[in-house]
Amino acid sequence: MPDRPLGMPAVVWERLQEHFPGVLQPAEPPERGDEEGRSQAGRHRMTRAVSRSLLMHRPRYEGVLVHSRHLLPVLCFLRDELDYAYLSNLTAVDYPEAIEQFPPHIDVVYHLFNFAGGSYVALHVHTTRDGAVLPSITPQFPAANLQEREVWDMFGVRFEGHPDLRRLLMWEGFDGFPLRKDWREAYYEEEHKPYRSRFPNGGDPTYAEERTPYHANVRPCAELSDSCPPQDHDFSEADRLLYERMLSADRDPDKPLKTEEMILNMGPHHPSTHGVFRMAVRLDGETVQHLEPVFGYLHRNHEKIGERNTWLQNIPFTDRLDYINGMTNNLAYCIAMEKLLGWEIPERAEYIRVIMSELSRVVNHMLGAGFFSNELGVYFTASLYALEERELVLDLFEAVSGGRMMFNYMRPGGVAADLPQGWIDRAKYLVHKRLPQKIEEMERFLLDNEIVKARSVGVGALSAAEAVRAGVSGPVLRASGVPYDVRRAEPYGIYDRFDFNVVTRRGGDVFSRVALRFDEIWQSLRILRQALDQVPDGDIQSHRLSPRMRIPPGETYGRIEAPKGELGFYLVSDGGANPYRYHIRSTSLLNLTPLSQLARGVKIADVVAILGSIDLTMGEVDR
Amino acid sequence: MYGWGVIGTLGMTLYHFIMTYVEDLRDWLGRRHGNGASAGAPDGSEEHLHGVFTYNYPAERRELPERYRNLPFFVIDAETSQLRCTACGICAQICPTQCIWIERAKEPETGRPRRYPISYYLDVSLCMTCGFCAEFCPFDAIKMDKDYELASYSRLGFVSARDLAKPESYHAQIHPTAYAEEKEDKVS
Repeated sequence: MPDRPLGMPAVVWERLQEHFPGVLQPAEPPERGDEEGRSQAGRHRMTRAVSRSLLMHRPRYEGVLVHSRHLLPVLCFLRDELDYAYLSNLTAVDYPEAIEQFPPHIDVVYHLFNFAGGSYVALHVHTTRDGAVLPSITPQFPAANLQEREVWDMFGVRFEGHPDLRRLLMWEGFDGFPLRKDWREAYYEEEHKPYRSRFPNGGDPTYAEERTPYHANVRPCAELSDSCPPQDHDFSEADRLLYERMLSADRDPDKPLKTEEMILNMGPHHPSTHGVFRMAVRLDGETVQHLEPVFGYLHRNHEKIGERNTWLQNIPFTDRLDYINGMTNNLAYCIAMEKLLGWEIPERAEYIRVIMSELSRVVNHMLGAGFFSNELGVYFTASLYALEERELVLDLFEAVSGGRMMFNYMRPGGVAADLPQGWIDRAKYLVHKRLPQKIEEMERFLLDNEIVKARSVGVGALSAAEAVRAGVSGPVLRASGVPYDVRRAEPYGIYDRFDFNVVTRRGGDVFSRVALRFDEIWQSLRILRQALDQVPDGDIQSHRLSPRMRIPPGETYGRIEAPKGELGFYLVSDGGANPYRYHIRSTSLLNLTPLSQLARGVKIADVVAILGSIDLTMGEVDR
Repeated sequence: MYGWGVIGTLGMTLYHFIMTYVEDLRDWLGRRHGNGASAGAPDGSEEHLHGVFTYNYPAERRELPERYRNLPFFVIDAETSQLRCTACGICAQICPTQCIWIERAKEPETGRPRRYPISYYLDVSLCMTCGFCAEFCPFDAIKMDKDYELASYSRLGFVSARDLAKPESYHAQIHPTAYAEEKEDKVS
């Protein structure tokens, strides 16, 4: 009987073995010619859906390896029979060299969660690097839509049956798959940091542009080589594919009166879209027929940078993801690293982490509500009210970490610096006196305002079932009535010690999402009051960090409840000083999965309100 | 309904508008020291949390908290008048953007490395002011500066023209608490 894979709940493993008895078969097929053996081999072929092979040669790798033929049955079984309905993370890892008995392959990973709480079930599927093809699970799991597109874009794994397999972040016609290990960026210097040119023979620094492909880059990538300068590049392919999709999707054949439709591009430089984000909209009059989000204007291949960096060097980079919530980004990455390292965190550091994340949540939700009113056209008044309070919280963050937005504060094993003198009193004043007043005021003037209500109640409604299918997380999910919060479902740190509620709203519409953010602020203040009273004395760091720390081989998916939703880091270590794979389960991006569906049939002005209610940061969407 | 919410909201805006003038008046009457722009004062005491949140920047400057960090600088030791840097290269290794270049000195005859740098560069336009170099330096030789007026007329101004070596007294002045702790550590 095979051992239970790492990270797989016992119940799930039993049921999987029961239902897919292939796991009980020996790993090696029996000799041919043997009568008994043949029948066994037959059964083996039929049912070898799940094999334990991943466990055997890669210690500390999680989950099970599934044959691509059986991927969908296993996923559907997990969803329908075992309630693992929340497909949280889907990504891939490139292995350009053979590992033990596996030839070079791309490993696609699926992380599923149960809405009742608890840890994840991880599934791995292998595909070859040349002509990589896997069955798409998007028709059954709409949550996979954007993630499969991202894997296609970044790794070149074609998902058969995907309704709209276009590139997500790069442009159509881009040559190469940026997250494959053999792809090198334009200013490529070395495989891993630290670069050898910096020390001990530093000498004159060179600017990156002096190393452009037009000079003497180490190895220019094909699409930037001299033979094809960028100005000759054909960028029209992306738009052609996009508009084809726009014109064909969501057709209503029974429309009584044929009217002329129009395609409108909102963005990339639209003042209300939080940054460079483009929505192509097909309009019938003022009504949206179809909406297609276009991503990638802020794409900087963060994950590739992360794989070049050493483990610690990534911490300041995570600040740049969702730049409103640098603290929680730091925390998510450090929690993932600590899972790999198996480190304990001192009590005081745990409390500091909770205080920082909850302050961050308060700020984010206030700002979210402020910018939401911005989207409604109430120009900047509400935002400025929120920004005032944010300044005060940022003062606290700055006093402790030294940065107002780019904190670089959390470390694996604790935090970077202790709280300065008098910090707790300042925080207590804010949490007990000032913030409740101001939040109450803002809540009153936003949520009781009939213009806001008229614009938001009933607009862009997402039912609970749809939200679950779309794989949204955080306030967007809870506003649809699904009480799922990572802090309760799978408590990290010391969240199980605090008394707070997972608030939900029933409506699922724009108003519910905004109102729910205010409800959550009150809960965050509750946690803050408890945490600020209980902060113990003691160490803030359990281990002495070395600049080139190594992490034992293995993989993990660490996640937290970031203000915008579930923020996860999928890390693979090969034992070196750099992450082998560094993937961010981006909250902002995946909360946009149902955008197209939400916008269908609403007026164009409401599209902006819907987008505002989802609350996204482009730094995290495009990475 | 019937517009009361709208009127209430407008009233709230009006209230805040008037209150900014009231706060200004209080400032003029000398009820508070400072210049009105005290909301973000580092001591964060309660009476400083009202009124206008903005500063008339070049004329007024915000008092920065001690841990505020911008570019790194190299500390010149007060006793030896030499750089504290031993050219160990830890800062160049930990730097996430790899913006620090350090060249280690060598003995002219034997070519063996010496424990001081010949030259060091820091590309200000690359630096992301994360503070790792100061945090990991085992010799307290690199510290984070508080100088935020970094404009330059040329890109070279971001690399070599800026003087990165600053005396220990400057470090003591901008980081009083941290400096005292360092001294204590050295004694013990």
